[in-house]
Amino acid sequence: MTSTSAERGATAAHRGVAAALDGPWPRFAARRVGRLVVSLWVLVTASFLMIHLIPGDPVRSALGPTAPAALVSARRESLGLDDALVVQYLHFLSGLFTGDLGTSLTSQLPVSQVIAQRLPSTVQLAVLAFGVAFALAVPIGVGMGVLTRGGRARGRELAFSSSSVVLGAIPEFLLGVGLVYLFAVELGWFPVAGRSDASSYVLPVLALSLGPAAALARIMRVEMLSVLQTDYVRTARAKRLPAPRIYLRHALPNALTSTITLGGLLLSALVAGTVLVENVFAWPGLGSTIVASILGKDYPVVQGIVLVYGAGVLLVNLAVDVALALLDPRSAIRES
Amino acid sequence: MSELRFDGVTIRYGNRRRGTTAVDGVDLTVPDGAVVGLVGESGSGKSTLARAAVGLLPLTGGQILLDGQPLRHGSGPRPVQMVFQDPYSSLDPRMTIGDSIGEAVPRGTRSADRRQEVARLLELVELDPARAGAYPAQLSGGQRQRVAVARALAARPQVIVADEITSALDVSIQGTVLNLVRRLQRELGTSMLFISHNLAVVRYVASEIAVMYLGRIVEHGPTAEVLADPQHPYTRDLLAAVPESTRARSAPVTADPAPAAIAAAEPADPHAPPPGCRYHPRCPVGPLVHGDREICRTTEPTAEHRHAAACHFAPAGRPLLRVAD
Amino acid sequence: MTSPTTDSVEGAPAVPRRRSAVRARWLAVLRTPVGAGAGLLLALVLLLAVFAPLLWSDRAETFDTGSVLQGASADHWVGTDNLGRDLFYRVLVATRLSIGLALMATSIAVVIGLVLGTAPLLLGRRAGRLVTAGVNIAVAFPGLLLALFFAVVFGVGMTGAVLAIGFAGAPAFARLTHTLAAGIAERDFVAAARIAGVGRTRLLLRHVLPNIGEPLVVNATIGAGGALLAFAGLSFLGLGVQAPSYDWGRLLQDGLSGIYIHPEAALAPGVAIVVAGLAFNLFGEAVAKGIGLTATVGGGFGPAAGRSPDRVSAAPTDDGRPATDPGRAEGRPVLDVQDLSVSFPGPNGPVRPVRGVSFRIGRGEAVGVVGESGSGKSLTALAIARLVERPGVVDAGRLEFMGTDVLAGSDRSHRRLLGTAFAMVFQDPMTSFNPTRRIGRQLAEVAEQHQGMNRRQAFGRAVDRLRSVRVPAAERRAHQYPHEFSGGMRQRAMIGMGLMGEPSLIVADEPTTALDVTVQRQVLDLLESVRAADDVALLLISHDVAVVGQVCDRVLVMYAGRVVEDLPAAELRTGARHPYTRALVATVPDMHVDLDQPLPTIPGRPVDPASQPPGCAYAPRCPLASARCVEEDPALADDGAGRRVACWHAGEIGTDTDVPGAAPVALTSGERA
Repeated sequence: MTSTSAERGATAAHRGVAAALDGPWPRFAARRVGRLVVSLWVLVTASFLMIHLIPGDPVRSALGPTAPAALVSARRESLGLDDALVVQYLHFLSGLFTGDLGTSLTSQLPVSQVIAQRLPSTVQLAVLAFGVAFALAVPIGVGMGVLTRGGRARGRELAFSSSSVVLGAIPEFLLGVGLVYLFAVELGWFPVAGRSDASSYVLPVLALSLGPAAALARIMRVEMLSVLQTDYVRTARAKRLPAPRIYLRHALPNALTSTITLGGLLLSALVAGTVLVENVFAWPGLGSTIVASILGKDYPVVQGIVLVYGAGVLLVNLAVDVALALLDPRSAIRES
Repeated sequence: MSELRFDGVTIRYGNRRRGTTAVDGVDLTVPDGAVVGLVGESGSGKSTLARAAVGLLPLTGGQILLDGQPLRHGSGPRPVQMVFQDPYSSLDPRMTIGDSIGEAVPRGTRSADRRQEVARLLELVELDPARAGAYPAQLSGGQRQRVAVARALAARPQVIVADEITSALDVSIQGTVLNLVRRLQRELGTSMLFISHNLAVVRYVASEIAVMYLGRIVEHGPTAEVLADPQHPYTRDLLAAVPESTRARSAPVTADPAPAAIAAAEPADPHAPPPGCRYHPRCPVGPLVHGDREICRTTEPTAEHRHAAACHFAPAGRPLLRVAD
Repeated sequence: MTSPTTDSVEGAPAVPRRRSAVRARWLAVLRTPVGAGAGLLLALVLLLAVFAPLLWSDRAETFDTGSVLQGASADHWVGTDNLGRDLFYRVLVATRLSIGLALMATSIAVVIGLVLGTAPLLLGRRAGRLVTAGVNIAVAFPGLLLALFFAVVFGVGMTGAVLAIGFAGAPAFARLTHTLAAGIAERDFVAAARIAGVGRTRLLLRHVLPNIGEPLVVNATIGAGGALLAFAGLSFLGLGVQAPSYDWGRLLQDGLSGIYIHPEAALAPGVAIVVAGLAFNLFGEAVAKGIGLTATVGGGFGPAAGRSPDRVSAAPTDDGRPATDPGRAEGRPVLDVQDLSVSFPGPNGPVRPVRGVSFRIGRGEAVGVVGESGSGKSLTALAIARLVERPGVVDAGRLEFMGTDVLAGSDRSHRRLLGTAFAMVFQDPMTSFNPTRRIGRQLAEVAEQHQGMNRRQAFGRAVDRLRSVRVPAAERRAHQYPHEFSGGMRQRAMIGMGLMGEPSLIVADEPTTALDVTVQRQVLDLLESVRAADDVALLLISHDVAVVGQVCDRVLVMYAGRVVEDLPAAELRTGARHPYTRALVATVPDMHVDLDQPLPTIPGRPVDPASQPPGCAYAPRCPLASARCVEEDPALADDGAGRRVACWHAGEIGTDTDVPGAAPVALTSGERA
């Protein structure tokens, strides 16, 4: 039960937490953590198996057909590839817990060191793009929803939906190329590639965030429109509340929950999108490393980076679910 | 047609720790050729019982017997057929009504015979056999519900379960379906379990009435007797709640002797049924009104009264209403 | 935009068969601007994929060492590459490989997705759950990541990329198939087929797949667009198509390195990718929109037909109906409505689901409105409450509440009056409260807004009002969310919300339809006691004659958007003079209906608001109808004693009959086809 004092002056977050702790919350948490653990296990196992699913000998294919047999077998031994699969699996798992992800085949550096070097710049990129996508999508989507409700402002609706469809359909690497051409080559406002000062962040972040922002804004608008047609918004109108209050206090939180639900996948796709964008901008992050490693058949590095990306995606999904549970008191219950 | 008997039927949803017992030890017999009306509020378990009867839900306990034999759901049409509440969802929109009915005709029938059978059934439910090629979207709600009845009959059932078959229909149409049910019952002698929340509808079609509350049958007897002299306080409350345009407005029901605590009582939560008699938190003859009736809170009443009413104080109640002049 | 298969064609002699209806629907999609444009674009892309390599392979592969890495010119529209090959033709020729690979990858995704998605239906419960859980885990990872994973497994190159993208797309498609199939499997017709002895495989083939086919095709189309982009991405990363083969992604990668010198080389394949991707996407979405439209149509008539403009369609109605007498109400009326009509724009001019409704409600009077679904009763309530939103238009000769003309002036100017003196109770208590806000706050809002209270005062008033509508433990419950309330309690809280101000009128739109009878009685009692205590007028809308008869003083009977009779509630059963009123009363079985007689029924069906006949709308179903009824619509005439009726044959047969079954109602099965 919540107390009266909690009600007074409570912020939205407070209210959500209070409601969530009310009972279904522990159950929700248990179930959510359970799912996370299972997903993590699947991820770890899949990335372990990846190297074994490759037809032929991964070491031979990495070193090339001309490499001496002795070198190949020495490498195989150092990777433990000659052990039984179960032994290798257990070794892999224990390595994970100690932070040992193996050694790069090409650079001979520990994989964990490679990742530690490259991770920060990818995280920066993703987090910034995240923020930009939301900051653009929510106000635009809500505004367009209110403007175009009940078939109003058809012209603006058409302009909005066509531009957002086009923008949403351009993949991030193409958008990147377009942005480079326009703002770096033609106008020379920003650097073409690389990571240096703040201005070098602008184009990669835009390339990564504009597509998801357009798609999110579209979802936001549709959700807003459907929330504006609900019985409870009609109730709010029957109470003769002023329009801003109806839109911001009654419609927005509900529209936001379903937008986050639908947008969750979009946001985890954004994490993976860094791979392409980093390659367009020669961004020194995980994305350009994984592609180089795939092409160079440096499998331990690929394995490690796949793990990191997968974990990042699971983290985003978890964050989305928690945000939903806080925003909507029913979602923790609905969760099953 | 045959006799359908529920013998200590229990149905639980969910897992062992956090489940709901929707139907709890129900004994009920639908005699050969009789229509048994099953009434109760939403959440009382009537639809769950119906779905179990046709094998859509597994039983947790007890058994369902058809002419004394445990009901089996092998291949082929099932011996107990069902007509669903919503005729807009119970017919496949991509199938002609003829195909929908024909699908239920027992297999091994030649296609010409099958067509003939479909035509006969459409005739039986007062639809033009020439419309066998129509799609459900081309039919009104009442017509669809009659197609659903024809499909149930096509399987040559021994018992039909009708689950709220008129509640999705407009009032001007529900009469046609009720008339059809009565005619079929008279002409074919169909045994039927007729589920409805509407007492007036049940009174019109059913020869016996069973009242369900929170997973239990609380009263069961011949329709006229139960309605004229209800034994269980819940049955009496149900009867009293039936809106009557002819009832004098000057006698609002708030004049009940029941205290406000009962007038404002919330319907019980099927997920957490109260101990003892399940009706005691709302009961006008229970512990809320009579302080000495602690037994209602602690002990579950047995159904050993008239109309098998499951109430410790059943005979104490007087009929509130005189029904059926 | 109406679909060709609406309910209105029901029973029409020439009904389109289902298959042609599907074709008509797809054609209708092509007739919309977006659909036509996308369809054209898609056709163009596919034609190019087929013919471009046949026509221009030579020109695309001719080395010209004399013109290496040139910019755009008349000879080479987008320049040449490092071997002097014409890039324009290379982009055109690459269409086949780009599209072909995308389609192959999509087919792999669709096939695997279909198998995984329908497996839970075919396998038992436990195995099915396992498959679903696996799909759910896989679908959480973005396609690109899966594609990279599979690209490693299958190897770098064209085949590897096709398999990688196909496998990567499968989980999403499996999930979609599963969701759609599970939705269909829950429907009653699948249950009915199971009871009829239909096996699992046949169930899937005959009932489930046909009903999810269209959305699957649409999503596969959109998915093909996605695969195209993904493929371009992989090729761009160097993981897809390898030289000397080339697709758009490969061309883009080659062009990017020279973007400073001649950007066309990178932009041209980029444009091709976007255009082709858009063609698939837009076409899929246009079709999805077309299908979505019809999905809402088949759903039958809801209780509040006409609330949304799509429900009504077509045909203008006649104007200049005789001004009707607004009926009796002692003293100054609380509500005075004259000649109220509501119209929505339709494809053939405005449709008017409410036409010329006039009545008054006096202080403390309880007036009921009855009628079948689609009669316009709920819309009348919304119009009075000024809650009809655009594109609906409300017109009235007079619409006065407490002596104030609420039709004139802005919403803002009446906000206070309507916010405090006019209370609304809606039909569905489960959906009428905001699920994300506490009940107490939703009540308190009214007092904060209109009565100038601060948060704490307003909340205190809310608790007090909840108590007054007999919500037990009001203080505690005010802090709860709507989902923690039962239906009956919510409806009480809704009434309590109306009592935050000092209402003179409560408009209750089917307030008990969603509730059980015992709870219905409690809510009706509550309305009654509120009315008695404060002399509040009540307008009760219901389809249930008995409910209205029990609660109200006076009853308005509506049919096809008009009031056809206005009479004292006590006389509903005995003194009704309109044949529709009599029929409506007689068709509803009550606890006294004669068990030996068949129930009376009303033949035919309610009139479609889109095509109102010139005469009396009830004439086609009326046993008394004469030639005049068909030609001329009767006005609602006052009999001098306060009763009003709109019928040329009012009271013609047995007004004094007290046997309801004997009312002149056809004893037929009614809607025989």
